[in-house]
Amino acid sequence: MEGGMGTQYSGGGHQRNDERRGSRRETKSARQLAKALAWFSIGLGIAEILAPKKLAGLIGIRAGSGTRNVLRAMGAREIGHGVLILMQPGSAARLWTRVGGDVLDLSLLSTAMASTRNERGRLAGAMAAVLGVAALDVYDSLQLSRNGNGRIEPSPRLTTRSIISRVSEARAIEVNKTLTIRRPVQEVYTFWRDFQNLPRFMNHLESVEVVDDRRSHWKARGPAGQTVEWDAEIVADVPGERIEWRSLEGSDVEHTGSVRFKTAPGERGTEVHVELRYDAPAGKLGAALAMLFGEEPRQQVQDDLHAFKQVMETGEVVRSEGTMKGRFIQHPAQRPATESLQ
Amino acid sequence: MKATCWRGRKKVRVENVPDPEILNANDAIVRITSTAICGSDLHLYNGFVPSMRSGDILGHEFMGEVVEVGKSVNNLKVGDRVVVPFPIACGNCTPCLNGMYSLCENSNPNAWMAEKLWGHSPCGIFGYSHLLGGYPGGQAEYARVPFADVGPLKVPEELSDEQVLMLADIFPTGYMGAEMCDIKPGDVIAVWGAGPVGQFAIASAYMLGAERVIAIDRFPYRLNMAKEKSGADTLNYEEVNVLEALKEMTGGRGPDGCIDAVGMEAHGHGPIYAYDRAKQAVRMETDRPIALREAITACRNGGTVSVMGVYGGFIDKFPMGSVMNRSLTIRAGQCHVQRYLQPLLDRIQKGEIDPSFVITHRMKLDDAAEGYDTFLKKQDECMKVVLTA
Repeated sequence: MEGGMGTQYSGGGHQRNDERRGSRRETKSARQLAKALAWFSIGLGIAEILAPKKLAGLIGIRAGSGTRNVLRAMGAREIGHGVLILMQPGSAARLWTRVGGDVLDLSLLSTAMASTRNERGRLAGAMAAVLGVAALDVYDSLQLSRNGNGRIEPSPRLTTRSIISRVSEARAIEVNKTLTIRRPVQEVYTFWRDFQNLPRFMNHLESVEVVDDRRSHWKARGPAGQTVEWDAEIVADVPGERIEWRSLEGSDVEHTGSVRFKTAPGERGTEVHVELRYDAPAGKLGAALAMLFGEEPRQQVQDDLHAFKQVMETGEVVRSEGTMKGRFIQHPAQRPATESLQ
Repeated sequence: MKATCWRGRKKVRVENVPDPEILNANDAIVRITSTAICGSDLHLYNGFVPSMRSGDILGHEFMGEVVEVGKSVNNLKVGDRVVVPFPIACGNCTPCLNGMYSLCENSNPNAWMAEKLWGHSPCGIFGYSHLLGGYPGGQAEYARVPFADVGPLKVPEELSDEQVLMLADIFPTGYMGAEMCDIKPGDVIAVWGAGPVGQFAIASAYMLGAERVIAIDRFPYRLNMAKEKSGADTLNYEEVNVLEALKEMTGGRGPDGCIDAVGMEAHGHGPIYAYDRAKQAVRMETDRPIALREAITACRNGGTVSVMGVYGGFIDKFPMGSVMNRSLTIRAGQCHVQRYLQPLLDRIQKGEIDPSFVITHRMKLDDAAEGYDTFLKKQDECMKVVLTA
């Protein structure tokens, strides 16, 4: 599997050391700013709860009891932001909640502006202040969204650790996907039935060796070269309709799969419905499973099925320079796609 | 090789990058002789398209000479001079076989991203973000062209680069915009946006038999070009009320076909424009549909609105009531360039049109950054910038 799952650097880890040091410094100062904003939230929240009337006067609002209650509620919210952020100052998502709060504050203040009973001058000042803080919030959230090497990841929440724990908890990777392939049913069935074809488009499989007409030996390979192997047998085989298989008892990986074929309407070819399931009994290889599939296991398998369609319709898996299995790299002359198809 | 790399909002830089290599057996490598900057490149330049990475190579309108072919390529050989269409299409999936090349199901390796945003994925496109495949673009010295048997069009010696380069994108795009209006004799077509695509939509509408074409823009030089080169009537929306003017020019009916050649960065006036800009600034609305709203409202009952302007995400305040209650048809799409290449080349060869009329600025590839800036700011009466190696 090319690209390298889990490592933070694209293109094989050739990032320069001083770049790494620089971006660590950036992350540290981003977190410090987040903490400062959190404490600011807490301070403001306390003021809003304990002295709403004074605060209202300060920002130019007539402090009726309704207004004071709103201020107290906002105070509670501010403290909530602050605590959330302090619990995890590196989290961009938590800091984004502050931005939500700023938007809320701004809309409340602008509603207040509409009323002539309020002091517009002070209100304008308060709005300017909120905008200033909001700008800081947005800037810092963006900074925190960048990971260690200064790139914005497509899904910053999906760190290696979270995937492993998620997969270990769920312990199973289940994928159902239906696609239409513009080839006759018999051709699609025959291609899939020869399991030795599967690694041509299933990126996580290194090889499938057919032992006899029911049994096969499967080998999956992770990006760092670690392998997992198991034996499987065909459970059902109806030519042109359905194939089902599963790993044998006692295998390290519990794997079941089924594929159903149906002629698509008009001249669209064949509808293929695939169900795959990978499981690691007793959590033993939960982490290994995560390694096999990369950051987004279900997505990986869905991409593989997309590749199946490409192989059937165009003869090869279509790659681009910018698509090495979830990592966004783009320079011409990255490792050729054909490497992985051996 | 040199390539124009995206380096953030409003920042492009021509840099040295590795040359492309054959990755799939269906690939060809093209040495690029001419390449252009597109209005939709400006959306990338202005930071409106998600999934761009610093360093991505831009450009999807290019042509040149084939210098290498993969082992499965049959229709091209080294030395052929070709124009390369901007959608990448395999030629074998159902949409490709039905002529809908920009819907190719196999050419976007990052289909999962586009599916999340749009429900299903369209084709991959050269140099247009990772959402659409992450393919390096053609504002460079070389490009890898996938499915080389399906896309590239061989062009004859006697036509210059400038005469055929526009076949890569904007001429077919404008043509398809006009074609989607289903023009019948007597029809009046209104085109919002007199930029390069709009110019071709206008010219194509006349080619397809429109009685009258009305160009709508705010830049006098663009309106003049539409009038002088295609004979269109013009409306400057900063000087007249477009809806009223269109009614007057069509006997009160409204145009039979309305083409949106503006897209997501539309400019307008008044509170609704301020609203759109504000919402876009806080990313609560991804696109500004001012031109689209107007095209819909202006269209005659039962008419067709043809959308070629690029949109990416979601728009606000869409006049659905006007659409539904008045039997409007909305047609849209990224141009299926491959199916127009030969027919439009034929028209060029017959002398019906010389697409080079839109070219106003000719620069070296090294000056790409300046080209983007001039094009964006519409300085110096800029209409189309062509870069040569």
